[in-house]
Amino acid sequence: MAAAPKLPQMITANRLRDGEVVWWKAGHWVERIEQGSVYEDPKAAAAALTEAQVFVTDRVVVNPYLFEVRVTDGRIKPASERELIRAAGPTVRHDLGKQSCPTLESFDVSL
Amino acid sequence: MYRYDEFDAQFVAERVEQFRYQVARRLAGELTEDEFKPLRLMNGLYLQLHAYMLRIAVPYGTLSSKQLRKLGQIARKYDKGYGHFTTRTNLQLNWPKLVDVPDILAELASVEMHCIQTSGNCIRNVTADQFAGATAEEMEDPRPLCEIIRQWSTRHPEFTFLARKFKIAVGATEHDRAALQYHDMAVQVVRNAEGRTGYLVMAGGGMGRTPYVAHVMREFVEREDILAYLEAVLRVYNEDSRRDNIHKQRIKILINAIGPEEMRRRVAREFEEIKASGTLQLPQDELDRIKTYFAPPEFEKLPDVSSQFEVAQQRDADFANWVMTNVAKHKQPGYAIATISLKPVGGVPGDATSDQMEALADLMDEFGFDEVRVSHEQNLVLPHVKKRDLPAVYARLKALGVATPNAGLITDIIACPGLDYCDLANARSIPVAQDIARRFENLQRQHDIGELKIKISGCINACGHHHAGHIGILGVDKKGVEYYQLQLGGSGAEDASIGDIMGPGFGRHEIANAVERVVDHYLKVRLDGERFLDTYRRVGMEPFKNVAYLEQLYAAY
Repeated sequence: MAAAPKLPQMITANRLRDGEVVWWKAGHWVERIEQGSVYEDPKAAAAALTEAQVFVTDRVVVNPYLFEVRVTDGRIKPASERELIRAAGPTVRHDLGKQSCPTLESFDVSL
Repeated sequence: MYRYDEFDAQFVAERVEQFRYQVARRLAGELTEDEFKPLRLMNGLYLQLHAYMLRIAVPYGTLSSKQLRKLGQIARKYDKGYGHFTTRTNLQLNWPKLVDVPDILAELASVEMHCIQTSGNCIRNVTADQFAGATAEEMEDPRPLCEIIRQWSTRHPEFTFLARKFKIAVGATEHDRAALQYHDMAVQVVRNAEGRTGYLVMAGGGMGRTPYVAHVMREFVEREDILAYLEAVLRVYNEDSRRDNIHKQRIKILINAIGPEEMRRRVAREFEEIKASGTLQLPQDELDRIKTYFAPPEFEKLPDVSSQFEVAQQRDADFANWVMTNVAKHKQPGYAIATISLKPVGGVPGDATSDQMEALADLMDEFGFDEVRVSHEQNLVLPHVKKRDLPAVYARLKALGVATPNAGLITDIIACPGLDYCDLANARSIPVAQDIARRFENLQRQHDIGELKIKISGCINACGHHHAGHIGILGVDKKGVEYYQLQLGGSGAEDASIGDIMGPGFGRHEIANAVERVVDHYLKVRLDGERFLDTYRRVGMEPFKNVAYLEQLYAAY
């Protein structure tokens, strides 16, 4: 068995209708990472993922999964570059993706 | 260029409505994602890092002004005002909404375009030399054969569910601009000893995790037998390829496992069988009919020297620089081939905005250009420009930001979308290309360096052709952090070779420095007339490796 993750986790997916990247927030989906729920406890994260999976059957999202984040002084930062870019947008076009809307007060996008 | 007949038009229109229905069923819950995914992929629709991505086929890289204008309009109306030209000469939209895709396909169908076979395990969009029909070097225009292959392979019942994707390219010159030897199968128009035109067929080339240069399957296939021969290769591949391991499913693995000799034997046996059945002979009248669609425009009889053109070069050094690299010789006196660079220094290789696409379409109409080409090097090409029009065309391109004088130079970099967009990527490609381009921005330095092809992929799938780069760069992921492996000595041209891996990767902020040290060393040790590739082939990896890792501190692993 793989070792239990040491970092807190979040859940993300793509919205079926338009592909928009979304994050899980206790019972529904939000469009900004800083609004999503962070799970310190791996068991709670797994339980939330099971709950989130229902929205696949309900045709709201596609392919939800867990990923690791770091939270420093209340600011969320995904552990991998992939999830950072997904949460912010292309690093070569700051006018595109979530980063184009300047409400990132609790989200650290620096690579 | 080719115009749809009633069958093409009906087929594409039906496919649009079929997909509209499939999307509706998916949204209504009648199809699961697992059921829907292969259907959307058959129509070029992927789900990427940020959003859906729609890959639009540009058969053999040829577009009319009407089509280019439509692409610009679609990108503005349904996407974010730009598109990305790829190494398969297709156009990708990075942000379409699933609910809009049926309408996008309908708009594409209105200009005889579609997204069919731009994904999935089928025969993909056929590519060709971007100078086809314009260069004096070619035996004949390769595109009629491309179109015949397109018609033969579209929804071919036997080859709709291959073990893996299958890519075909066609060329007709000795100088290979279409990376023929890196294709699953490639056809080169040749002439035999008796002076008859026919086709040389290669197979088993490819990039990805196991790169191979193609083997010649047959030196000369008679014109009327070409489809029978291609079908024979596909049939052997379809029957004998491994389907148990995703890394061993391409034809290159089969051919290199059984050996080219055995492959030739198996193909020959199938070929004889297909030929004997007599069902796949290419009728001359059909070939002639297709050829008429690709008849060159009515060229004016012009002197080869244009005084306007000559004077403009003397007066305007920027124009002269552009001509030096971006203008190539045309077969018709008084005409030239012009490469439109989509590689502005600091820009995104291959990206074009809606405004640029529409303005280029207007320019085409104004100057009477019937078509524009997409090259696998992610540039556009105006194939038939009167030399006397070149100064005016250049001025317009410059105003649009697409007149960077760098075709074939070190800043004309191929880069895949990488981790900035792609779900498969391990590392970013575009920022690396931008760093290198800025580093070598000085045009005099670029001219001094000469032909040097840098190709960057963000993962081992090699969409950025890094194996074929004189300098290739492969992005890898090490514990969630980007590193870059350097490869030297690759070529996608007629002297095809697979680049050698230098060694441990470089960090994100070290890779441009390493490239610069390698290039500076080349300038130091090159002999007269040697390109980077020639010098590398003469001196080997060691001297370059010795300078590249100067800052050992930053060397990754």
